Amino acid sequence: MTELMNPSAVAVEAPPGAAPTGDAEGLSRKSLSPRQMAWRRYRSHGPAMIATVVLVLMVIFVLLAPITARYGVNEAVFKTEGGVSNRYLSPRAEAWFGTDDIGRDLYSRLIYGTRVSLAIGLAAAIIGVVVGTVMGAFAGLRGGWFDDILMRVTDIFLAFPFLVALLVTRNMLGEISWLEPIIGERTSIRFIILLLALFGWMGVARVVRGQVLALKEREFIEASRAMGAGNRRIIIRHLLPNSIGPILVAMTFSVVAAIIAESTLGFFGFGPQPGADTTSLGLLVGTSKENVLTGNWWMVLFPCLTLLLVALTINLVGDGLRDATDPKLQRG
Amino acid sequence: MFRFIVRRLIWAVPTLLIVTFLVYVAIRLGTDPVASYRRSNARASEAKIQQYIEDNGLYEGFGGYVKGYFSWLGSFLSGDWPNSIKGNREVWPNLKDAMANSIRLAGIASVLSIIIGVTFGVFAALKPGSVRDGGVNTTALVMLSIPPFVSAVILQMVFAVYTRQWFPEATWLHFPTSGVYPPGQHGFNLLEMLRYLTLPVIVVAIQTIAVYTRYMRASLLDVLNSDYLRTARAKGVSERTVLVKHAMRNAMLPIVTLAAIDFGALFGGLIITENIFEYPGMGRFFLTAYGNGDFPELMPWMVIVVLAVIIFNLLADLSYAFLDPRIRL
Repeated sequence: MTELMNPSAVAVEAPPGAAPTGDAEGLSRKSLSPRQMAWRRYRSHGPAMIATVVLVLMVIFVLLAPITARYGVNEAVFKTEGGVSNRYLSPRAEAWFGTDDIGRDLYSRLIYGTRVSLAIGLAAAIIGVVVGTVMGAFAGLRGGWFDDILMRVTDIFLAFPFLVALLVTRNMLGEISWLEPIIGERTSIRFIILLLALFGWMGVARVVRGQVLALKEREFIEASRAMGAGNRRIIIRHLLPNSIGPILVAMTFSVVAAIIAESTLGFFGFGPQPGADTTSLGLLVGTSKENVLTGNWWMVLFPCLTLLLVALTINLVGDGLRDATDPKLQRG
Repeated sequence: MFRFIVRRLIWAVPTLLIVTFLVYVAIRLGTDPVASYRRSNARASEAKIQQYIEDNGLYEGFGGYVKGYFSWLGSFLSGDWPNSIKGNREVWPNLKDAMANSIRLAGIASVLSIIIGVTFGVFAALKPGSVRDGGVNTTALVMLSIPPFVSAVILQMVFAVYTRQWFPEATWLHFPTSGVYPPGQHGFNLLEMLRYLTLPVIVVAIQTIAVYTRYMRASLLDVLNSDYLRTARAKGVSERTVLVKHAMRNAMLPIVTLAAIDFGALFGGLIITENIFEYPGMGRFFLTAYGNGDFPELMPWMVIVVLAVIIFNLLADLSYAFLDPRIRL
């Protein structure tokens, strides 16, 4: 019953399948590498392919923001003069998605906002994946007390309301003055990325740990060890390349979780305030709640749909990746 | 089994102490309870503030945190809870009501989600790879991608503004969008209550249905592939018995665990939904207390939530061991 999905909760949502085993299908088609087989399966996954195309288009669209956006972030569509107000215009030729309370074009602001939110999600997820992979590989390979503590901690955080953990930690980190030069003001983008990464590594750590536990007893690891390979070599040369699928899947879900968490914080007014000349999806979605009862439907609908589209496409890509890299789940 | 329970229960105590201590430190650092007290009670005398510090054990310094934690723990365990800083109210009565409201909302949503989710999960898993399997799977993913505040805000807009504008006649469509009862309502009224619960339950259920559907599908697919099902079919057990007696019963195991953990998380309330629909549950209780920096309200809330999480995690483990004879504890 967690409304705001902890990235960890989403990543471990499917019952743990066994480690990817040799794909029977690969035997009949000779000389296809596992990566090629995964790519083949991915391409045959309809929804994932559509989502990939939409996502790539969206990313290109927001990267080219100065060209694709029609107005600047804080630019009004036209000056209020002669009794014609630019406030809360419904969608029309000058402003495709309407304007907000001070006459700014919602369409252009959404492009800039999505850009910032995607960057936040990606950055938080990358940090989370790196930290989580290291922790998980270490815990799985060494076991012992480190493993025990890691599992206990993640258990509690998985079941604890994620938003509460975020809010309390946010306040605490914001109050510690000597941390400020490192992590920034609590309304800065850097702060929010680090805050989300702080919780984002756990899911990845669990996934990697499970993979390592399943793989470390296999013969090829044993062979490698017999030939004198150390822990580091085994992790880098054998364990990680064999777990790349699940790690990628966990990462896509972390990106979505981070974007939604950022928007949720923004919705309640605890999100980033990315300076005067940018905005974020969280801020835009946050303004929607003031417009629910006033009948400015475009202020509610478009930010919400944009967030939904971003979350959905990345989720679909992740789902496709999961099916492609874990043949056991798909074949059923 | 008995030894396992005892061992886990013994472990639960230090876990609880450590977690509540960390939460205590986090809240004290994050909200600065004394400053919040001054903000809420601008005209409080120095003596009053001293009394507040004394009651809550808000001593300064590292040693003060440890000492303060134990003094807080003592008064918490003896049931002598300090009053809230906003309005100087007793905390327990409000907390109790909030808990009841949250359990009602989340309980109804959970039960509905489990029933609907399991049904769809089975429906999809019986024909893996088919169009209907893909349809259910993709629909579930779409539902999973809808953040609760998005569905809440859109439903609220539709039902608070537009259904009233477009269909002024159809009063049954005018679902209320805030609170538990109409203003001025006293006593119990099931019909009104359900009307007020409709939209929040839908918002919560959208995501949980998707979670249960996907979980059930994956779990049943796993079971359907197993050797003992092939054996059962081979010895001539009817397809119906194979499905109901062999497959379903085993596939439900992870669902039971998931549900147990879910029920534990339910005590934390549904912060997003409750706040948008102004539903006075645990989530709203938390966000209000958090906004006020209300230390005497935040701490008991945290303890209850942490306690529920630990207990239901234990129950999840136990239920698994109890239902699955292969697991010996």
